[in-house]
Amino acid sequence: MTSRMIGVDVGGTFTDVFVLNEAEGTASVAKVPTTRPDQSGGFLDGIRGEVQDLSEIAVVVHGTTAGTNALLERKGAKTGVICTEGLRDVLEMRRRDRPRTWGLRGDFEPVVDRRNRLEVPERTLADGTIRTPVDLDAVRAAAKALQAQGCEAVAILFANSYANTTNEDAAVTALREVWHNEHVSASSEILPEIREFERFSTTALNAYLQPEVSGYLGRLENALKAGGFDGEFMIVQSNGGVMAVDTACRLPVRTALSGPAAGVIAAGYIASSAGFENIITGDMGGTSFDVSLIAEGQSMLSPQTSIDFGMVVRNPMIEITTIGAGGGSIAWVDKGGLLNIGPESAGSNPGPVAYGLGNTRPTVTDANVVLGRIDPDNPIGGKLERLDFEAAGKAIDEHVGGPLGLSTVEAAEAILRVANSRMAGAIRLVSVERGFDPKRFAFMPFGGGGALHAGAMLAEVGIARAIVPRFPGVTSAMGCVIADMRQDFVQTINSLVGQLDEAALGDFMQDHAEQGMALLDAARTNFESRELSFELDMAYIGQTHTVSVPLNVKTQGGKVTPPTRAEIEEAFDTAYRATFGRLLQNGVRRILNLRSAVTGKRPKFDLSALAPSGDGVSEPIARRRVHFADSWHDTAIYDRLALPVGTVIKGPAILTQPDTTVLIEPNLQGRVDRFGNTIIEPMEDAS
Amino acid sequence: MSDIDPITLSVLAGRMEQIADEMDATLFRAAFNPIIAEAHDASHGLYHATSGDTLVQGKSGLPIFVGVMSFAVKAVIEKAARDGDLEDGDIYIFNDAHIGGTHLSDMRLVRPYYRDGELFCYLASVGHWHDVGGAVPGNYNPAATDVFQEAFNLPPVKLVRKGEINQDIIDILLRNTRLPQSAQGDLNGQLGALDLGVKRMDELLDEYGSDTITAALNALGHRAEALMRSELTDLPDGRWEAEDFLDNDGISDTPLKIKIALEIKGDEMTLDFTGSSPQCAGPVNIALPTTVATAYVAIKHVFPALPANAGVMRPINVIVPEGSLLAAEFPAPTGGYTETILRMIDVVFSAFAQAAPDRVVANAYGTINALSIAGKRRNGQPWVMFSFYGGGHGGSIETDGLNHGNAPISTATIPPMEILEAAYPVMFRTWALRPDSAGAGAHRGGLGAVYEIEVLEENGAEAFLFGERGRFAPKGIAGGDNAALNLFRYEQDDGWHSPPLASKMRGITLKAGQAVRLETPGGGGYGASSERAPGAVARDVARGLVSEAEADAAYGPKWRETTA
Repeated sequence: MTSRMIGVDVGGTFTDVFVLNEAEGTASVAKVPTTRPDQSGGFLDGIRGEVQDLSEIAVVVHGTTAGTNALLERKGAKTGVICTEGLRDVLEMRRRDRPRTWGLRGDFEPVVDRRNRLEVPERTLADGTIRTPVDLDAVRAAAKALQAQGCEAVAILFANSYANTTNEDAAVTALREVWHNEHVSASSEILPEIREFERFSTTALNAYLQPEVSGYLGRLENALKAGGFDGEFMIVQSNGGVMAVDTACRLPVRTALSGPAAGVIAAGYIASSAGFENIITGDMGGTSFDVSLIAEGQSMLSPQTSIDFGMVVRNPMIEITTIGAGGGSIAWVDKGGLLNIGPESAGSNPGPVAYGLGNTRPTVTDANVVLGRIDPDNPIGGKLERLDFEAAGKAIDEHVGGPLGLSTVEAAEAILRVANSRMAGAIRLVSVERGFDPKRFAFMPFGGGGALHAGAMLAEVGIARAIVPRFPGVTSAMGCVIADMRQDFVQTINSLVGQLDEAALGDFMQDHAEQGMALLDAARTNFESRELSFELDMAYIGQTHTVSVPLNVKTQGGKVTPPTRAEIEEAFDTAYRATFGRLLQNGVRRILNLRSAVTGKRPKFDLSALAPSGDGVSEPIARRRVHFADSWHDTAIYDRLALPVGTVIKGPAILTQPDTTVLIEPNLQGRVDRFGNTIIEPMEDAS
Repeated sequence: MSDIDPITLSVLAGRMEQIADEMDATLFRAAFNPIIAEAHDASHGLYHATSGDTLVQGKSGLPIFVGVMSFAVKAVIEKAARDGDLEDGDIYIFNDAHIGGTHLSDMRLVRPYYRDGELFCYLASVGHWHDVGGAVPGNYNPAATDVFQEAFNLPPVKLVRKGEINQDIIDILLRNTRLPQSAQGDLNGQLGALDLGVKRMDELLDEYGSDTITAALNALGHRAEALMRSELTDLPDGRWEAEDFLDNDGISDTPLKIKIALEIKGDEMTLDFTGSSPQCAGPVNIALPTTVATAYVAIKHVFPALPANAGVMRPINVIVPEGSLLAAEFPAPTGGYTETILRMIDVVFSAFAQAAPDRVVANAYGTINALSIAGKRRNGQPWVMFSFYGGGHGGSIETDGLNHGNAPISTATIPPMEILEAAYPVMFRTWALRPDSAGAGAHRGGLGAVYEIEVLEENGAEAFLFGERGRFAPKGIAGGDNAALNLFRYEQDDGWHSPPLASKMRGITLKAGQAVRLETPGGGGYGASSERAPGAVARDVARGLVSEAEADAAYGPKWRETTA
């Protein structure tokens, strides 16, 4: 019987495994140490710990940071570029930006060395006219030169190839004949969208990742198969959908935010099951606090991101806003006497002062330790025996309390207040600033530290309640099992609506639909349903920013009926009015890009599989003093996973589980819902 | 003044900054013209009710506005005092650069903010409009000899009276621009940003009360001052001089001097620009507000952690000689103010480099190179391609300079080549780094760029350039070498030509198939070139960033003994 679905998320410290037994309706989770440098060891250990016979597994879905890490650590392959004459430096010149507004310091090296960026005669104009046909002998000579220089991957980057792919097509055919491996990326295949730097950067980073990521995924797949696995192996993309492993090997750049995206997908599903369609997620790690917003069950997508300065990836991805306020963020007082948190961080190594691994400057976690909110004798994660409470207090005195004239406890409260206000600022940024009222949202903390700060977020932002998932530490692994299969496509159209070639637009839509459906057909997964969606990026002439205009398109028997010009104009007016309030008199409407998405909905599992069993323990396992606001409170400590459904715990209280501490502040209460989530909300009136 | 605890202050500092940031974001989203929408040539903030001093300003707006906005607010405060009719719900508008600083393209909106019937502070919005009339589309007229040739001049007037828009003002504005639709879109965006600011201030004051917020605003000013004094105390006392030149004013070919004496004494500093050239005929003059604001921008680059708050300037004395081009009188033209303030920043850095070389970077490329190519299509439709171009940043104690960066007074990105080619009948033959353009040094400067742009339109086109650094190169510091000069050429039937005034020219006629070529300076070098690691030189040569000849000349032959 092959009814098990497995999600695996490999993080910096732990590899999380989520196992769903569909036949029995049960689920289990496991955490094993991440192995380095080859992560496949921990990956397989984690699975084997839960399922001995790999042939029982139907699907393995992986949220991976292999691509992200290779980009951040600059550990991709030696990559070559073959580009249009006169444009070899586009990757290095970026969009003429700088790393920081003030100070004018810092430099930049692109992932492709200038020696490995070679030009060939060819030129296409913006209207698609071929001004100079590509010189294929020059392409072959460039390929030979790049091979001689040791390049393992190559990217073809031609000007205006989004408007006419002829030159790139010819070059890529010639190149694939002579290149010694399959790692060839062409810009019109990766991203047929106007804006050369963004297209070239995305394509070059794809090439840079191909050998690394496809090698890693290949090792994993082989090891799984060697263990008897005969199911389907899939990878989470930055857009929150999954793709087949061979697609991931071809388009590794689409995994850039794979792990975090899976976490947001799981958060959305958990919240929706629990009855919350509008949530703001907050993932607190060692160095950062990552916030994402889900409205009416839909997560927000952003069109591009910078992995690091100058390393732009343009692909739809789940929008995650990051600020430098994590558990390891350092608290310091500046020369003007103002308390600051971060952006400098002690990370997880050396980590907070209390870890005793060499850092002496106080962090947010140290403040939580000093105030009793984290148990120094039972640190989460299981890596350390105990936390150094005294050292944390001393560091806070020296760096914060002394300069501000505050006691240790006051200084620790101050650190949390400023850190909480920064985290609240990030929540306001994704909600209030985009027109969403946070009062209509629930806050869902995940990751190890978020649930310590949930109460503060309610108070600071005016959110009504928080929902802490039953297993906040393995959310990304769970998201792997939940995510739908999805492929995104883009094509620059660049036409006034009045001059639109409707048939040509229809051809692009048809092509996207067929490519997407073919990928779904190739998958061995069963889909509950399939969805096609089309959007146009449009604006008035003279306007810079486009609005997304969803199209209501009919398909029948796989045939797409393209919209008429009048339908497009109407759809634009509706979308524009919703964004800006009113239309522009006599404005001329323009279409920039077509964006298509093909989604295969995967069957969802019932989260009550995770719920606690009927009988449990709702008595405290211990008590300790915890500081809230301006006084110490005798606080009950509970074993969270043992609490039965329906338990209501009144604050102040602390719920502990192996990888998370949930803090319930005075005046708040925590209720265990039928899935085992903890709902934190203002205390019900005693009357 | 009521006291405020330091923790509430930290919290409120972030909250108020977020209000200004959100006003910025609102305008960037709504603005029609790409100079605001993409290049972020705009700014928003909160200003003191009686002095107009900057209290809080957004982080994403253009750096130069951080210093200059308070002058716009001061101008409105004076106007309102004269007229005696300031009321809740008023909004003033103007672009007069002699009163508000920068240039006439920057449209300033100032709105008094009332709380419980009392004036609490001012909110202001500034944005660079695409066109405000004058002789040249886009308003960079290198041959202007007064403001009337540059643009339409609007002094502070009430656009909105007690919440009622005065449509007459809007009608006048829209009749005086070549791009009324763009102007209307930008104006709506600025009004929207101010509305949002009012809403957010209401919420903040509801939550904290006006006493607490007033106390916080006062405390932030003291803190900014304390930070600046503390930074100055860390530097040695002394007096350091530096000077540099502008090529010319676009009218007569005479170099113009910018001179500084920087003096640090304890926790105070004087920036004395005595000895700078007198006011000139052409548009590289700047008004006094611009000069003071630029001093602030330069200081903030040296001390990046300083807040955008007027308290920073309390320990700083800026001396600007009367009658100089740094204190130009109405109606002197100021359209090319960017070039002059970039040179001011260069001399401040050069002076600081003598006091504390590790605190500053060498000169950046030092010109925005406003290049416009315009013409008519076959169907008679006019087109104007107007953009600024990039160059190298200076080396620092940490690293080589950044290749192809934006100007220190700006955070604007360059439009993609493909967007320009799709919008205008041109083709870029080259869009590349410019080898040998950086100043040599232990840490060399970043490289400038080469842009060669061919006209495709069979009717031909006309080009004009407003640039600088054609005669005087960006300087190195701490023993580093100077960068290459800005080099502009244009193609004619008999070959390539250079402008007589080196970096400024109007009315260049181009036929289809002819091109202009702009080669921009790199940044200056940091530290003696003899201290650069031979391996780093060899790598630059292997990458083609530095030619063999230049490497030998600047660094000697040692690099040839190493492998890249």
